[in-house]
Amino acid sequence: MSDRILVSTRKGLFTVERANGSWKIAGADFLGDNVTLAISDPRSGHLYAALDHGHFGVKMQRFADGAWSETHAPVYPPKPEGLEEKDMWGREIQWTTNRIWALAPGGQDQPGTLWCGTLPGGLFRSDDHGASWTMCETLWRHPKRIQWMGGGADLPGLHSICVDPRNSDHVCIGVSTGGLWFTADGGATWTQRGEGMRAEHVPPEMTHDPISQDVHCLVQCAASPERMWVQHHNAIFMSSDAGRNFTEIVDVKPSVFGFPVVVHPREPDTAWFAPEIKDERRIPVGGRLVVTRTRDGGKTFETLSRGLPQEHAYDVVYRHAMDIDGSGDRLVIGSTTGGLWISENQGDDWQMVSHTLPPVYATRFA
Amino acid sequence: MPKVVFTANIQRLVECPDTFVEGSDVRTALEGVFRENPRARGYILDDQAALRKHIAVFVNRVLVRDRIRLSDPVPEDGIVYVMQALSGG
Repeated sequence: MSDRILVSTRKGLFTVERANGSWKIAGADFLGDNVTLAISDPRSGHLYAALDHGHFGVKMQRFADGAWSETHAPVYPPKPEGLEEKDMWGREIQWTTNRIWALAPGGQDQPGTLWCGTLPGGLFRSDDHGASWTMCETLWRHPKRIQWMGGGADLPGLHSICVDPRNSDHVCIGVSTGGLWFTADGGATWTQRGEGMRAEHVPPEMTHDPISQDVHCLVQCAASPERMWVQHHNAIFMSSDAGRNFTEIVDVKPSVFGFPVVVHPREPDTAWFAPEIKDERRIPVGGRLVVTRTRDGGKTFETLSRGLPQEHAYDVVYRHAMDIDGSGDRLVIGSTTGGLWISENQGDDWQMVSHTLPPVYATRFA
Repeated sequence: MPKVVFTANIQRLVECPDTFVEGSDVRTALEGVFRENPRARGYILDDQAALRKHIAVFVNRVLVRDRIRLSDPVPEDGIVYVMQALSGG
């Protein structure tokens, strides 16, 4: 069971802890600053927080030995002189870290390794606990990378990183938009995965092209890594072969649109989602904040609402703002309107920790 | 010798005192600062060593126009102001 949660918000990083049977905000760091994502590394005990200082750029902080200190943020390599590279809007692509959008520890056998995904799409690897970063240039220079497009943001973003617990060199990433990409050699070479997904926002000829897919979130079951779940822009998809092929889950009420998905660490058929009205409106259906859960691989879904606001709730749960702990019993969601709810029984009941936080970008058990 | 002056807003993130440097253009003046204060570099310049999008640099009263190469000249007694543009929110 995890008794601590890192809550990344537009105005700081909040630590929520369980004590005497209830959850409370136990600490606040970087108050006033935009914390886009924070994680803990269970191997080292370090915490990492990505900050966006706006004028002054994206920075990385590491908590070790009882204190936060700035460490290096990923830096893009020099753009070759004369290279013209336009985004989907015809604007020059800036080779610079625009946002840190994914952080993931490497495998148990790679104790210093961290992975970092960014906008405009660069993936970085550190092998020294974040003291330095190396871009996976084979992915960045892949000829198909230029086909990546902006999803919710103007720029393509790399938001999901799944390190296979069976082999730390096997890593699958999700890009919005750009689909899924897989490496079997620790990032040296990359291939596209994700056959079977379907995109509604492109011409019919491109609907089933894996690179056209707007993957909102990708997760992998720790105990059954062949099982992956995708919350997609227009659907929910499930894979039983580590992301090579996906099956669309249809007829999901109240909506198939949403951002996050989490999967039970030992039960691959059990997953949770935070549905909303697709897709320009992006609010909970009927003003009711709910979580949906399947226990049978997407055949059926339950709508879970006990403890969540059921009237005039316009909370959006971003893709990193839902998490599940290692026990598979505790879940947390944070919302764009500053709500934070925790469940200790797999989503059946929710308790509100706060509804006055800044907009929540990410929640992570730590 | 030119002087480089930083916005007060950056000081809580990275200390940037007023600094006298060698240099006849914005690039060399700023590099003079960064040699002594390497952490400040990433707060002012982006990954390609151009000015960050919402950093405004003035030489005396004139806004710097070459934001990529930073080639605007700096007179011997000039003051380089590194400011936070309002456009950044």
